[in-house]
Amino acid sequence: MKIVYFAGLRRQIGVGEEIIEPPAGVSSVEALVAWLKTHSPAHKSAFEGCPRLMVAVNQDYADFDAKLAQDDEVAFFPPVTGG
Amino acid sequence: MAEISLRVGAEDFDPGAEIAALHRGNSETGAVASFVGLVRGDKDQVRAMTLEHYPGMTEKQIGILAEQAASRWRLDRISVIHRVGTLLPGDRIVFVGTASRHRGDAFQACEFLIDWLKTSAPFWKLEQGDTGDRWVEARETDEARAERWRQDRENP
Repeated sequence: MKIVYFAGLRRQIGVGEEIIEPPAGVSSVEALVAWLKTHSPAHKSAFEGCPRLMVAVNQDYADFDAKLAQDDEVAFFPPVTGG
Repeated sequence: MAEISLRVGAEDFDPGAEIAALHRGNSETGAVASFVGLVRGDKDQVRAMTLEHYPGMTEKQIGILAEQAASRWRLDRISVIHRVGTLLPGDRIVFVGTASRHRGDAFQACEFLIDWLKTSAPFWKLEQGDTGDRWVEARETDEARAERWRQDRENP
């Protein structure tokens, strides 16, 4: 599974993307976030420091109860500020 | 169906040339509306702004918005340009242009596109000021502007 981060999350975690293999029980976005928080103190503080975390699965906005597959691309970012 | 043109990149654009391209060769177009967004420099001594985006998703999400506009209003052409990278106060950031038979469709579609682009296209602004770097925070007023266009609400 490919995980990508943007803006403040990317800076705090220190990488823009990472390839991971979550355990079998991690099958939703919500479970993935909980699991990623255990990766490093930087992951934990980045996720906890982002009160309005947004998620996209395969480049479409998704909810936190969305189901995930091994080959999904999951992106985490704060609310967008373009335009 | 409207012709849709999308561009995301570091290069500047010429608003006059973009407006001309929206109606060139199409004598049925009677109205072109456009919006140009700029880096505002007066607040908190902003010296520069760096825009990052999510390549792929950006084009996909703007494409979805353009298709929605094209199905909701009678449009001949739609053009969206969004710059990324480091920009200075006064620099152009974004262009949205719509061409239609009549001004009503052109105006409304243009405003719909910029309102939704601001709240759903994956761009983020980092401001460089005198006191360091700061990520621009999303504004509730922008979300409220976008929500006005939901079709289950009373809208023009």
